[in-house]
Amino acid sequence: MKSGIDRREFLRLAGIGGAVFASGLGFDAVAAERRGGAARKLSDFYFVQLSDTHWGFNNPTINPDAAHVLPKAIDAINHLSRQPDFIMFTGDLTHSTDDAELRRRRMHEFKQQVEALSVKDIKFIPGEHDASLDNGAAFQEIFGATYYYFRHKGVHFFALDNVSDPTAQLGQTQLDWLAGELAELHRSANIVVFAHRPLFDLYPQWDWYTKDGKAVLDLLSPFQHVAVFYGHIHQQHYFETGYIKHFAANSLIFPLPVPGSAPKKVPIPWNAAKPYAGLGFRNVHSRQARHAYELLENTIV
Amino acid sequence: MLKLIIIFVMLGIMYPQVMQAEELPADPPVITIKAGRFYFSPQQIKLKRGMPVALEIEATDRLHGFSVPELGLRVDADVGRKGRLTFTPEKSGRFIFMCDVFCGSGHEEMAGEMVVE
Ligand SMILES: [Cu+2]
Ligand SMILES: [Fe+2]
Repeated sequence: MKSGIDRREFLRLAGIGGAVFASGLGFDAVAAERRGGAARKLSDFYFVQLSDTHWGFNNPTINPDAAHVLPKAIDAINHLSRQPDFIMFTGDLTHSTDDAELRRRRMHEFKQQVEALSVKDIKFIPGEHDASLDNGAAFQEIFGATYYYFRHKGVHFFALDNVSDPTAQLGQTQLDWLAGELAELHRSANIVVFAHRPLFDLYPQWDWYTKDGKAVLDLLSPFQHVAVFYGHIHQQHYFETGYIKHFAANSLIFPLPVPGSAPKKVPIPWNAAKPYAGLGFRNVHSRQARHAYELLENTIV
Repeated sequence: MLKLIIIFVMLGIMYPQVMQAEELPADPPVITIKAGRFYFSPQQIKLKRGMPVALEIEATDRLHGFSVPELGLRVDADVGRKGRLTFTPEKSGRFIFMCDVFCGSGHEEMAGEMVVE
């Protein structure tokens, strides 16, 4: 019995433009596959992170295939030879609209789309496009709680909501809840946090931060093994604050410029010579014995 | 030259705390900025370093935020409730201002620039 993706599949993904990097904990994904997957812990597993699908987005100069990127990603995931344990969408599932009815229609359409995934354990958190105009009301009706805890194969997962408040903060109620949950955990626990916006001050000039993000990081700082997977910035990004590792994910609709590299934070237009460039989803492999995560970045073709 | 220096020193003695916030003139020049979905108007404002100024943010349609993260300045502006920021720019440079209250599908592009010379 195998765990992890097999080498053939790894190469196939790499061949279609997938890239790999390890978590920065000195564990190399390529080397792992070469070892033939021997003696892996049973508790190792992987999940898929998708982000910023912006269902309902309509601007052909930015993305002329907007209605098909999500189905394509779903199809690619369904064809992974070993299926992930679960799938997490880290917000901006839908594109914002003032029309409350249209907002719900987009959410229902999105939900219908993702029902095509073979994996049935699908989790969601909102982005500001989903939740900031109605404080998360439509999201809660259709997807459930905006923040929650779950445990999977020994890893403690916290899905946070830093968008239902339109001023981009978790707020005291959620911070108190998080503090209470963390109080139960050992300092050496493996902790994964999901959030839509960065929890550290990535680039406040472009609104790439969370107002009370520092309070969250302070609560997490006593723990030695914390990884945060987030979205919002529509590109891969890696950063460390103390022991905490922060990984931003690609979007499925349009990439945004590297922070500060452009005068304005506007979408990078579609490039017909390089369609789908900068769009994709990722497989996150948890290697618990090493407290490491291997990231496999998949592109859309 | 010598005269100028003497005058400067005397002023310093007479008004030892000219730059303190509480000593700002009662009504510094006001710059009005309109905030609407999804723009600020004007998009660029020019300020003089060391010159007290008041910014009045007038929302035309709904609640917006006016934030200059690098200077730690922010204020809300709603329809019928102007946001007002009174301060003295101490640092020259170009600083992005932006809306920090999500206001719809063009919110991310609602930004402008403050130039301090
Ligand atoms: Cu706004
Ligand atoms: Fe987004």
